[in-house]
Amino acid sequence: MLKILKYSFYDLMRSRWSYVYFIFYLILGFVLLFLNHDLSKAVITLMNIIIVLVPLIGTIFGVMYFYNSKEFTELLLAQPIKRSTIFLGQYFGVASSLTLSLVLGLGIPFVLYGLFMSDAIWDFSLLLITGAFLTFIFTGLAFNIALSNENKIKGFGYAVLLWLFMAVIYDGLFLLSLIVFEEYPLDSFSLAATMLNPIDLSRTLILLKLDISALLGYTGAVFKKFFGTNFGLIVSIIVLVVWTWIPIWRLSYKSKRKDF
Amino acid sequence: MRLVKQLVLTYVLFFAVAIRANTITVCPTCPISSVQEGVKAAADFDTLRIKKGTYKEFNIVVDKPLVIIGENYPVIDGEDQGEIITIVSDNVTIDGLFIINVGTSYTADYAAIRVVKSQHFLIQNVVLEKLFFGIYLEKSKNGKVYHNKIIGDAVEEFNSGNGIQLWYCQNIEVTQNIVQHVRDGIYLEFSDNITIENNTSTNNVRYGLHFMFSNDDVYTNNVFENNGAGVAVMFSKKIKMHNNIFKKNWGTASFGLLLKEINDAEIFGNTFEENTIGINIEGSNRVEYKGNDFLNNGWAVKVRGACYTNVFKNNNFMYNSFDLSYNSKLNDNVFEYNYWSSYTGYDLDKNGIGDVPYRPVKLFSYIVNRTPETIVLLRSLFMDIIDFSEKVSPVFTPDNLMDVRPLMKKWND
Repeated sequence: MLKILKYSFYDLMRSRWSYVYFIFYLILGFVLLFLNHDLSKAVITLMNIIIVLVPLIGTIFGVMYFYNSKEFTELLLAQPIKRSTIFLGQYFGVASSLTLSLVLGLGIPFVLYGLFMSDAIWDFSLLLITGAFLTFIFTGLAFNIALSNENKIKGFGYAVLLWLFMAVIYDGLFLLSLIVFEEYPLDSFSLAATMLNPIDLSRTLILLKLDISALLGYTGAVFKKFFGTNFGLIVSIIVLVVWTWIPIWRLSYKSKRKDF
Repeated sequence: MRLVKQLVLTYVLFFAVAIRANTITVCPTCPISSVQEGVKAAADFDTLRIKKGTYKEFNIVVDKPLVIIGENYPVIDGEDQGEIITIVSDNVTIDGLFIINVGTSYTADYAAIRVVKSQHFLIQNVVLEKLFFGIYLEKSKNGKVYHNKIIGDAVEEFNSGNGIQLWYCQNIEVTQNIVQHVRDGIYLEFSDNITIENNTSTNNVRYGLHFMFSNDDVYTNNVFENNGAGVAVMFSKKIKMHNNIFKKNWGTASFGLLLKEINDAEIFGNTFEENTIGINIEGSNRVEYKGNDFLNNGWAVKVRGACYTNVFKNNNFMYNSFDLSYNSKLNDNVFEYNYWSSYTGYDLDKNGIGDVPYRPVKLFSYIVNRTPETIVLLRSLFMDIIDFSEKVSPVFTPDNLMDVRPLMKKWND
């Protein structure tokens, strides 16, 4: 598996796209910090970008890579290698190269602007950790979609729909149910609804660490009581890990049974 | 001729008093070694000079017109026993003392300096530390509290006192004081015609400045920063608030300025910066807001209802998470000639006024008002999208709540 991982990883490292991705984040980081020297404010702006862009790029990139390397995958399948090894190797190759671009691209400018000397370091590391989780989750989901759909157009369609659902539609439904059931106590419901969507969970985790959490008022206090404790943080990390694990598990399960 | 006579008479009388006025020196090694003895020994209109040293005293009652001057800040240490100086006579001046360790009590409001039913007093250059109440003015008139420094160590509301408290007072000037770490920096109750100028009130447990049932007061050029809940002005009429700075009152229950049942007030040229809520308005009518700057607040202005005929003119609203929150459909408050940093309209005739009205209430802010729990969707992409669509074609937000003449450039820039 490591060999395939290494191959996929280097293949992507050599490809133009991961450089583009890396340079995009590098420029973004520098521009943000150039316009606004306040590290903690830059973290807020970055959060907005990360929770939207990282899942999108993870999804699109995962689907694209899977379809592109299909011939090579079929070649590998002819060899005496375990199937799960092939697919998991490719998956980890893609996800870790994307994560590396993200971490380096944002890390370099922030380190140069004195991240290690500022209080924002914990917020920033939380941002990168959730960014990495989101990459792994959405690349995994994308691989699953691609594996289940031979038709590329269909696969792309589902992948974009998945992103749209998680990033936008889910919040819409969430909002609607909050308004419809406004007569009832909604604290536990909104906590649960936030936990179930990795994008919402990442957003809330980061928001609560920042000054802006004061705007959340009473509801924020309930959230802070939960997420602010070690228990809440561990639960959220577990939820993120489960979110990462489910697509990986399904990937290896499906790939064993699929006819090529 | 009569006037001249009168003048001469006053002059002579004044000199007679001035000549008669003695100076009594108090120092730890002098015959008079305590302030209390000094006050006892002095006659009316004498001057008490207190030399440098530490005087362990409390319950000093000043019952005659005296000038008490400290040289090089002598320390009066109350040793947490009770009240330190109580003034019960007119024409008392206290200058240059360093008073520490006022007693804490749950039944009596011990103060470092209390003025009771007196007139023409002057309290200046006094430094207070480790206090319960600082300067407490009670039913007094025509006095001055000038250039004092009050540094408390309050942690909780229930066992701390206020820095400068005015209760049933009239015509008093409170200027150039620094108040920190007490419960309420400056507190006014039933006090009219008070001028509060150039004070700095910071890091207080509750309010930087607190008004209750006090009318016709003016406060200008003060700085209120990082107080537990900001500044509260309640149940008062005809208050003028000019050129103050309200800054960094940040927390779930904090605001820069709270107005409750305030009528006919003027709020001009103030700066509200980095507060959770810039101004929280409740039941306030005929208030004019002009030339204020609202910068980087969570909510710049939160209108909670029962607010009529208020005017917002020439204010700058810049980079607030929400410019305005409003909880009713009815609006007869006027917004015009304000500058809004999130205004995206155009100005074809180049007269400096945008051709498209600006709607300061975002859909999200409207929804949050209806269902407060929805605030958890803050900064979600979905919210940005519906805010945008509401901006393009407003459906939910009150349709007459808008700035018809928004400025294209910052006011006063």
